[in-house]
Amino acid sequence: MTTTVTPPETKPVEKTKGPRLPKSARAGGQLHGGPIAYAILIVFTLVSLFPLVWTAIAASRDNQRLAQTPPPFWFGSGLFDKLEIAWKDANLGEAFFNTTIVAGTSALTIVFMSTIAGFAFAKLRFRGRGALMLIVIGTMMVPPQLSVIPLYMMVAKLDWTDQLQAVILPSLVSAFGVFFMRQYLIQALPDEIIEAARVDGASSWRVVWHVVFPAARPAMAVLGMLTFVQTWNDFMWPFLVLTQMGNPTVQVAVAGLGRGYTPDQSLIMAGALLGTLPLLLVFAIFGKQIVGGIMQGAVKG
Amino acid sequence: MATRNDTAAPPVKGGAAPGRPPEDAAVEKERRRRDRLSRRWQRDIRWSPYAFVSPFFLLFVAFGLFPLIYTGWASLHQVELTAPTDMNWVGLRNYTRIFDDDFFWNAAKNTLTIGIISTVPQLLMAMGIAHILNYKLRASTFFRVAMLAPYATSIAAASLVFVLLFGRDYGMINWALDTVGIDAVDWQNDTWASQIAVSSIIIWRWTGYNALIYLAAMQAIPHDLYESAALDGANRWQQFIHVTLPALRPTILFTCVVSTIGASQVFGEPLLFDANKGTSGGAEHQFQTLGLYLYEQGWVAQHLGRASAIAWTMFLILIVIGIVNYVISRRLRASS
Repeated sequence: MTTTVTPPETKPVEKTKGPRLPKSARAGGQLHGGPIAYAILIVFTLVSLFPLVWTAIAASRDNQRLAQTPPPFWFGSGLFDKLEIAWKDANLGEAFFNTTIVAGTSALTIVFMSTIAGFAFAKLRFRGRGALMLIVIGTMMVPPQLSVIPLYMMVAKLDWTDQLQAVILPSLVSAFGVFFMRQYLIQALPDEIIEAARVDGASSWRVVWHVVFPAARPAMAVLGMLTFVQTWNDFMWPFLVLTQMGNPTVQVAVAGLGRGYTPDQSLIMAGALLGTLPLLLVFAIFGKQIVGGIMQGAVKG
Repeated sequence: MATRNDTAAPPVKGGAAPGRPPEDAAVEKERRRRDRLSRRWQRDIRWSPYAFVSPFFLLFVAFGLFPLIYTGWASLHQVELTAPTDMNWVGLRNYTRIFDDDFFWNAAKNTLTIGIISTVPQLLMAMGIAHILNYKLRASTFFRVAMLAPYATSIAAASLVFVLLFGRDYGMINWALDTVGIDAVDWQNDTWASQIAVSSIIIWRWTGYNALIYLAAMQAIPHDLYESAALDGANRWQQFIHVTLPALRPTILFTCVVSTIGASQVFGEPLLFDANKGTSGGAEHQFQTLGLYLYEQGWVAQHLGRASAIAWTMFLILIVIGIVNYVISRRLRASS
């Protein structure tokens, strides 16, 4: 399980030999954080985590308690009852199933397509490569929201309302994925290995299968997770083509709970909590890899 | 074509006497085989890159480019939500209608202000946090993962929680303000307050993510730069200004572009923040963004044509912003 994606270039701090430098010379990443640094980080972490914890607190209280001051700061006893009701009311069982399918399909497809495209852009020479790569980067600048109306017309025409393929297909366009894999493969895949495979008479496809995929595996895992998270949290488009009681994703179901006529705030919080828990779990387990992936994707040429 | 001669060479090398027909035939056969292989090889080398990049481009054309262009076409028609395939040509009337609508300008203004009050503090804080994370720290992985938790939270869940936290009568934030002697703020109905509240959802979700991006860029800065700056007598603040910031310029530009695009698309947060569950972004449209206005026109008022005109206008605005961004970055690069 070697899923560290951080490139080997970031070496740990080097001890400076030779002439001693003034203290401020050991700057950048080299100084130890003082108490103030820790204090700021702890405050920031608390602010980041507090709304999530409070969602659980609110979900464990009943509605009357939420309509009092001061607001509750600790858990009540109703959490599991509320979770159960929210699960049924918001159609969350179906929603989880659907979202897993949508996010899973989308992640697998994007990872596969991005890897082969990223490989071509990173290591193969072909006419128009630079221009095509520019187009890929340019597509990142076009927000998907601007395309929803024709897509909606398409869905209406094909009668795909409430069907998952209506959500999956448009989610497969990922310029970020192509870019991400390209950046990774440029440095992670030595040209010599490809040439060696070529000399052995391997076709391009065999090179992809036997050389590129094994080399790209860590980055593929990270891209898969990032895509999964993103698709899981997609809001506007699923909200337009899926309905809460028809065939919802988690976001549609949770939003439906919030926008429905239930006056029960704690129930809404229970639904929001349920919708968030799976991803929080993923982050708790793979947090390090995801952090590495985001940072890896950030350093670009 | 050079390969053809090459493959023909080996038999000659053997120095065998000519005039032995069976072997010649075998050689000929072998030569043809290699030829075929080499042609297939060349075809493979030549075309497989296109095969590898084509899935992305096909999908992009189908679900990105075509819809985008078709939006422009639809914006010149009257299209009703109930019959999305019936299109009547109306020229630029959709555009004149939305430009005459005060709520369009209101939404444009709100998008701009929410964009600014969500992006600027967010990126500044992210920069500060990244700087701290760049120290040697205990539990640094924990901090990094923890500040990414909001990123794992969906717009829907986050917005619904923030509605409660920003409640006027029983919300946590007004309670906290009350304990320090500040009167209750009406986070729903007051224009500025509601826009700050909506922005805070965005800030909360994205600050940690951007901090990680800045951190990654900071870690890529070579240490010798700091060392020589320190030898020149620069203190830590000067090092930050003269070494860190210039080195981060491309990353800052990148996050600005991404945040600008994101800010122009804000939709879920104001939709779900509205305690009255409307689509107008508050009773007075006080926090209605362009994204929400598009939804209201298209799916509530059922004018898809007009919604297309809004989308296309947003696209043109983004292009202008993109050009401005490009020019500014050009200038900055030229001046450095």
